[in-house]
Amino acid sequence: MSSGLLVVGGGQAAVQVACSLRESGWQSPITIVGEEVALPYQRPPLSKAFLAGKADADSLALRSDDYFAREGIEVVRGARVTQVTAPGADGTAPGVAVTSGGRAFEFAHLALTVGASPRRLSLSGSDLLGISYLRDLSDAETLKRDLAVAKSVVVIGGGFIGLEAAAVARARGLHVTVLEAADRLIGRVVAPVVSEFYREAHERRGTKVRLGASVVGFEGREGRVTAVELADGTTVPADLVVVGIGVVPRLALAEQLGLECDNGIVVDEYARTSHPAVVAAGDCTTTSHPFAGGARVRLESVQNAVDQAKCAAATIAGRAEPYTSVPWFWSDQDTLKLQIAGLSSGFDTALVRGRPEEEKFSVLYYRDGQLLAVDAVNSPRDYMAVRRALAAGRTIDPERVTDMSTALTPV
Amino acid sequence: MPTIHYICPDGTRRDVEAAAGLSVMEAAVKQGVPGLIAECGGAAACATCHVYVDEKFAAAVGEADDIEAEMLDDAMAERRPTSRLACQIEIGDALDGMEIEIAAVQ
Repeated sequence: MSSGLLVVGGGQAAVQVACSLRESGWQSPITIVGEEVALPYQRPPLSKAFLAGKADADSLALRSDDYFAREGIEVVRGARVTQVTAPGADGTAPGVAVTSGGRAFEFAHLALTVGASPRRLSLSGSDLLGISYLRDLSDAETLKRDLAVAKSVVVIGGGFIGLEAAAVARARGLHVTVLEAADRLIGRVVAPVVSEFYREAHERRGTKVRLGASVVGFEGREGRVTAVELADGTTVPADLVVVGIGVVPRLALAEQLGLECDNGIVVDEYARTSHPAVVAAGDCTTTSHPFAGGARVRLESVQNAVDQAKCAAATIAGRAEPYTSVPWFWSDQDTLKLQIAGLSSGFDTALVRGRPEEEKFSVLYYRDGQLLAVDAVNSPRDYMAVRRALAAGRTIDPERVTDMSTALTPV
Repeated sequence: MPTIHYICPDGTRRDVEAAAGLSVMEAAVKQGVPGLIAECGGAAACATCHVYVDEKFAAAVGEADDIEAEMLDDAMAERRPTSRLACQIEIGDALDGMEIEIAAVQ
């Protein structure tokens, strides 16, 4: 298969690279090698609908077995690539990837879609049973089983994953405490007004939120966690702990290949790495982003995985299609549907439209009068308006934002 | 299993036999039916699975809720009375034989 493409990593970006190539008529062999046993699936519902029992593993599959067979896309599951060598510069020697089980795959093109791993705690007691992370399907299946018998859940980390898991646990009637080390929730992404809204919204639903709470260790009995210890000397009882403190990009293979990395595999707007035979896409990459004023960002989102993978596929097929997509994100927490379009970092003005106390509002972010982003809570109309404005390179008059009698209109 | 007839933006027709319980979006995407993007995977968060449903099945399909209706109002393609997000329609025997026209832009 030395004329073919090897995709290492079996998630959303992997499937998109393969599907986009087939849709464009590319006929060389494609092999996807992924560590997980399941067919490639959607990850976002794991902390939302799947955990809440509203979606099953089958419904998460991105494509069916027969789709892959029909399109000539080989999907090798449960295999971890540990060694990789790039093709020779003169094009004579193919690249080779070898799995931990000793299976070798030759390739002409390599796509790294290896994703990221959850950041792990390394504290006294952090290997006790009942302390869980949430990244893949098996994590989610374990957590779902544990939630069915848990009484007191402590969530460490007040970001999206943590808050989504907290919302599911609380909706089951469990005692839930969210511990966040910073002074506000989701601080990396949203304005203080949105952080404060989410703190109040979770507390209204009966979840305790403790900010500035620094975890120093865990207490256990018979190998199982019983409480979380905080730096202020207090403890919070827990029979289940969910840790959601961010992810670390998987860079081992990129480093073996000598690719430029900077908290992610550095790619350009065509998803090209610093090696001509290697593209990369998804959570493992960092790129100078058109919606971040050219600053280098590493986005963890389906949108980024999909759009970057499309650029990667175009590059492999010999076309140049630059990445120009508007970033967008969503988070479902109980009845709160958050939709974000754009990147708000660096904003100087945040305007609130609607009524946070009614759990239906949006926040529009500006810098120097230019529209950057929206966080829309149960306000899809505002989200759609901003997403369209950003995609068209337009803005929305800040003077009109707070006037609820008029719809947001791009100008 | 119910069969759904998809009419793709380029005019081609794809018939998909779908397990009851899947959504109209999932049944299409898993088989690679072109035209549906469905980036959010069925969370009614992205409005990229905009379809027009067969009027004969309108009652069986039901109406969009408020969130979905707001998304459709601002979707990229024309909003029609038959507009729905395919991820919000669950396939059952009552939908066997339904035609689904995929909106040209998502």
